[in-house]
Amino acid sequence: MRYSALKVIKESLTGHKGWKPVWRSPEPKKHYDIIIVGGGGHGLATAHYLSSQYGIHNIAVLEKGWIGGGNVGRNTTIIRSNYQLPENQPFYEYSMQLWEEQEKDLNYNTMVSQRGILNLFHSDPQRDAYVRRGNAMLMSGADAQLLDQNGVRELYPFLDFKNARFPIKGGLLQPRAGTVRHDAVAWGYARGADSRGVDIIQNCEVTGFQIKDGVCTGVKTTKGEIKANKVAVCVAGSSSKVMSMAGMNLPIESHVLQAFVSEGLKPFIPGVLTFGAGHFYVSQSDKGGLVFGGDLDGYNTYAQRGNLPVVEDVCEGGMAIMPAIGRAKLLRKWGGVMDMSMDGSPFIDRTSTKGLYFNGGWCYGGFKATPASGMCYAHLLATDEAHPKAKDFKLNRFLSGKMIDEKGMGAQPNLH
Amino acid sequence: MIINHPLLGPRDSSEFVYLGDASLMNRPQWKGEEADLVKTEETIKQYHDYLYLRNNPAGEHQELWYHEQGDRSWLVVTRNTTTHNISQVQMAKDVALKTLREK
Repeated sequence: MRYSALKVIKESLTGHKGWKPVWRSPEPKKHYDIIIVGGGGHGLATAHYLSSQYGIHNIAVLEKGWIGGGNVGRNTTIIRSNYQLPENQPFYEYSMQLWEEQEKDLNYNTMVSQRGILNLFHSDPQRDAYVRRGNAMLMSGADAQLLDQNGVRELYPFLDFKNARFPIKGGLLQPRAGTVRHDAVAWGYARGADSRGVDIIQNCEVTGFQIKDGVCTGVKTTKGEIKANKVAVCVAGSSSKVMSMAGMNLPIESHVLQAFVSEGLKPFIPGVLTFGAGHFYVSQSDKGGLVFGGDLDGYNTYAQRGNLPVVEDVCEGGMAIMPAIGRAKLLRKWGGVMDMSMDGSPFIDRTSTKGLYFNGGWCYGGFKATPASGMCYAHLLATDEAHPKAKDFKLNRFLSGKMIDEKGMGAQPNLH
Repeated sequence: MIINHPLLGPRDSSEFVYLGDASLMNRPQWKGEEADLVKTEETIKQYHDYLYLRNNPAGEHQELWYHEQGDRSWLVVTRNTTTHNISQVQMAKDVALKTLREK
C-alpha cells in the first residue's frame, strides 16, 4: 500500500476502514540468508537497505519485545552532523543526507524537521573550539554557522545572556539539523523492509548462538532454532549481554541516559538548543512539550531508569540558560540504556566468529545515526567489505591504536 | 542510591565518583624493563583486555567508587545493575590486600 493524498481523502470519506497493518507478523522460517538480531531503528534500517539497495530479501529481523519499544522510542529525537574527526564526521553527514531523503525513500511521513541545532558557547576559548568544529563540519560537506551574541538573540531572545556564571557569548548553528519523529522512523523502516519480503518477528528473544568450529550457523530463540548464513547483531544497549552468549567481551559499558518532557506549552523554542557549560539540550515537540535531556547517571546499569541527582543537574542546566521555563511542570521522565564504548564511538564490524557481525557502541549518538548505520551495516553484510563511510568503526581499534576519541577522555566510558 | 560506607555509614552516591569494574584493580603484572613490554605481544594483549574490555554483566557487578566528597577512600561496591540494589560495600584496600595474600 502506497500512501498518497488521494488515499487519505478517500479513506476520510469512507470511515477509515481501508487502512491495514503496515507489516505482517509471520512465523519464523527454518533458514534465512541473514538474521538480524534486534528490531530497533538500526536493525530495521539495515533490513530495509539490504532489501532495497542490495537485493537481499530472505531476511529475518528478530525482536525480543515489540517494534519501536526500545531505544528508538526512548531518545530525544535529535538529528545532527556536528562531529569533528575525519573518522566520524563524514559518517554522520552521510546520515544527515539520508535523513533528508528518507520520507521520499520510505513513502512514509517520519516528520523530518530541519529546525536547526544551536550549540551555545560561554567563553572565548569555547568559541575557538566551536570555530574549529564548524570548520571540520564544513570540510565534510555539512553546514555550520558561527553566531555572535546578537545572532543568538535574534533566534532566542528569551535566553539569560547575562548569566553571571555562564554568560551566553554566541553559538554554533547547524541549520540542517533538527528532529524526527522517532516512532515513525521505526515504523517506516519496518514497513519498507516488510514490503520487500523481510520477516519481522516480534516477541522472539535470541537465547544463544549456534557456533561450531568458529562458524556461526544460526541462533537459538524462544521460537525455536533458526539457521542463517549470516547473523547480524544490532542490539545497542544490550550488546554485552547478547555478545557474551557468543563468548565475547566487548569494549563497552552499559549506562543509563535520562530524558524528560514538560507539560505542553505554546510554541517558543524554534529549534534545538544546547547548553555549552553543562548538560542540557532541549527542543519543543509538535505537541508543545519541552523534550530535554542531559548527562549519563554515570554508573553501569541495565535498568531503564535513573536517579534524582541527575534530574536536578539537568533542570539546573535548563534554568541557567532559560529561566523562563522555571514554572513549567515536568510531565514525565524515562531512561534509555546506552552502549558506552571506550572511546565514545561506535562499531560496525565482523567478529572473530565467521558469519557473526556486530553493530553497537552507539553511546548517545544512536538515533541520529540510524539511516547511515543501517546502510553501512547492510553494505558490510552484503559485500563483506566495510562501507567507506564506516571503515574505521572497527572492534580491534583499541589494539591497533586507532581510537576515535572525539572528547579525548580515554577508556572512561561514563565521561564520553 | 545510598552506599553504606564501612567507616562512615550510609552516604549518598552523589558524594562519590564512579570509576568502573573492580577488575581495574588487577593490573597485569610484568617483569623486566618497560622496554620489553612493547615487544611482548602477549603482554600487549593482556593490557588491551585489562584496559578496554569489560564483562558488563546484567546483574551482580563489583565496581569501584571513590569517596571524593568524603574521606577520599576507594570502595568496592557489589551492586545489581538491573535493580540498583547494593549488597556489599568493602574498602578497596582490604580487597586488594586479600587478593595479595591469596596469591
